[in-house]
Amino acid sequence: MAAEAVQAIGWWGVPLAIIAGTMRGGTPFLFVSLGECLTEKSGKINLGLEGTLLTGAMAAYGTSYLTGSPWLGVLAAGVAGALLGCIHGWLSQQLRVNDVAVGIAMIIFGSGVAFFFGKPFIQPKATQLPTIDLGGWSDTPAIQAALQISPLFLIGLAIAPLMAWFFKSTRWGLFIRAVGDSPEAARAMGVSIFKVRMLSVVAGSFLAGIGGAALSLYYPGLWTERISSGQGLMAVALVIFARWNPIACLWASLLFGGAQAIGPALQSIGIEDGYYLFNAAPYVLTLVIMILTCSPKRTLSGVPGALGTDT
Amino acid sequence: MTPATAIQPTIQLERPPDLQVNGMSKHFGSLVALDTVSLHLKPGTFHALLGENGAGKSTLVKCIMGFYAPTTGDILIDGNPVKIDNPRAAQKFGIGMVYQHFTSVPAMTVAENLVLSRYDNKNLINWKQELEDLRAFMATSPFQVPLDATIAQLAAGQKQKLEILKQLYLHSRILILDEPTSVLTPTEADEVLGLLRQQVTDGKLSVLMISHKFREVMAFTDEITVLRKGKFAGSGLVKDLTVPAMAEMMMGEKKEPTPVNKTAHLNPVPVLDVKDIYANKDNGVEAVSGISFMVNSGEIVGIAGISGNGQRELVEVLAGQREPTTGEVWVNGEHYAATREEMYRHKVFALPEEPLRNACVPHMSVAENMALRTFDRPPQAKGFMLLLNAIRSTAVGLIQQFSVKTPSPETPVGNLSGGNVQRAVLARELSADHIKLLIAANPCFGLDFNAVDFIHTEIVEARNRGVAVLLVSEDLDELLKLSDRIFVISEGKLVYESAIATADFGAIGRSMAGH
Repeated sequence: MAAEAVQAIGWWGVPLAIIAGTMRGGTPFLFVSLGECLTEKSGKINLGLEGTLLTGAMAAYGTSYLTGSPWLGVLAAGVAGALLGCIHGWLSQQLRVNDVAVGIAMIIFGSGVAFFFGKPFIQPKATQLPTIDLGGWSDTPAIQAALQISPLFLIGLAIAPLMAWFFKSTRWGLFIRAVGDSPEAARAMGVSIFKVRMLSVVAGSFLAGIGGAALSLYYPGLWTERISSGQGLMAVALVIFARWNPIACLWASLLFGGAQAIGPALQSIGIEDGYYLFNAAPYVLTLVIMILTCSPKRTLSGVPGALGTDT
Repeated sequence: MTPATAIQPTIQLERPPDLQVNGMSKHFGSLVALDTVSLHLKPGTFHALLGENGAGKSTLVKCIMGFYAPTTGDILIDGNPVKIDNPRAAQKFGIGMVYQHFTSVPAMTVAENLVLSRYDNKNLINWKQELEDLRAFMATSPFQVPLDATIAQLAAGQKQKLEILKQLYLHSRILILDEPTSVLTPTEADEVLGLLRQQVTDGKLSVLMISHKFREVMAFTDEITVLRKGKFAGSGLVKDLTVPAMAEMMMGEKKEPTPVNKTAHLNPVPVLDVKDIYANKDNGVEAVSGISFMVNSGEIVGIAGISGNGQRELVEVLAGQREPTTGEVWVNGEHYAATREEMYRHKVFALPEEPLRNACVPHMSVAENMALRTFDRPPQAKGFMLLLNAIRSTAVGLIQQFSVKTPSPETPVGNLSGGNVQRAVLARELSADHIKLLIAANPCFGLDFNAVDFIHTEIVEARNRGVAVLLVSEDLDELLKLSDRIFVISEGKLVYESAIATADFGAIGRSMAGH
């Protein structure tokens, strides 16, 4: 339906579809990357956000279906994410336990939890989140469809600068940065490294869970086992690309969201050649970013000093 | 939001309190790190805590600060027994500590670090107000550090000043300093200690300083307490004591530094030829900007400089750990790229700084680490097979020859103390038959008297055998004692060169400071 409408306005449909896709597809990236940004600022890596994203998507969809309230679903997604975060935060801080290994285990565990509890929700249709229609001024259905903006996107849009302010101007923000950059210094200040990291991981996972809700209750707005398609892992790359800066996370998420929309946008105007190639754009982008940002001769600026170390 | 002005520091004392430690002991399992030690820090005095490495100085001050719970013993402040469970509690009594390792967060600015160090419960930071307060504080403080610079941009001296400033900012009246000058140039050290001395004389502060340097103890302190092997070994007023008497208290016997006996070396030939090297730091900023020099056989060439002026990058280029952006290194008249094969052929050896990180595999055993240069060739290997017995017996010999204190050759090298790691590396690097070039960077950093004396003697002996030695150090006394020629590096360039006989101490100090 949307594709036909886009066809009506011809080539203009491509940028329009990309803008729309940027806001839709960028929302989960935004939440997951902000969550990962918060976690990594405290010096922990949480690769398990892929699993958190799936669990969040399932919890949101299931809760929305059972209660009829999509906002309760969003809350459930956050809480489910936070629970997984508790496990990761505790496990990854045990002696001689490696962040990455726990993270991979958590991807599998989170996906398993989501698939196990999500089986009954594959068929039924859950209440979707309401959208704010900014396209009311236009008669063209394509524009109307493209400018249906989710409040979740707006919330994410607000969290990014809020988080940047939090890191700069609150005591807790400074503690998190201190723990992530120099645990020794933080310890000398009497800060509990365990607590700060635990809370950062849990709060980050809460955000990632909400990212899952954006997937199942907004776009694409259904629950399947393949819904995340690696977005949780791409968000980790995205945080590196964004140099651990929440504002940059916002731009990077939009970029990834846009890259994701290239394939469907071209398809909508009838370009079928290389559909799968264009759909692979986010993965290619991830690879390119990884290649561009890695160098044996220089360290990344902005990387938290103690990221992923055992201390 | 809480207005910033409403927050007052926990305590603001006009004068430093009297601190007494009675019969303090600390046991770690069966190890007795501290055995019934007492100490009295009178108000308005500069007190030095002396002792060899492992004598228990750090344990004692960590017990005072509440890092460790002492096994027995009391702390009295102004005569009242107090309980200090953590550094925050110590802060309440006006006691603050400056650690040997910097405790500022590298990625944050000076202002952020100062605000972060304050023990209060204000959750929002009003930066406008804070910066105003900090500027007012800086205006009255003895040292100046730029508020908006990040810690990573500061030189070591500035970092050390910031650590002390932090304590003044927290209104500490008793400062405990753990080897505060180990990373400073003598000029910087004198400046920092002189300003602290002034505060003590004015009755605003008491200072308890852990030190190895008798020169500083004689010049700035009033009283000393000496520990030896965890026990109290003596105390007294500095004006009544001499350096040999203090050394005797520390070591339990009289010891003089081994005099440096340099023999003239005939027919020097150029060994190391560094041609116009440029290199970048990790973050891509240029650190070494066009350095050229030569080192001949049988001489020690010293490079002095404040840390962070490109020495580390220069040494890494020479050791093959970093690629220069332009420029070439020649050894024995051939182009040298620091491959394993070239190191072996040209007999190049290195004692890098932080040996545990730069020259050892911490989880591998002492024996394996000692074999890192030789394990792949006879007699330690036959074809592709390693001869573990040969590796072990070589290590046993080296452990004895270089008196490395290790429980066994199989102990992971990461478990040894700093001095013994350095000895193990020294054993590996100096045991080869025909060394041609030795590159040493801060080889004695943080080591005690015996270890320093040993390493100095070994380096001079190598020089006398005809080895070309490049010695990069932040310790000017060491350079003046050992070098034949001295350079000063500042901001990635060599800014001073002199033969040691004609070297001018003042000019070296000025060049190090970048004037």
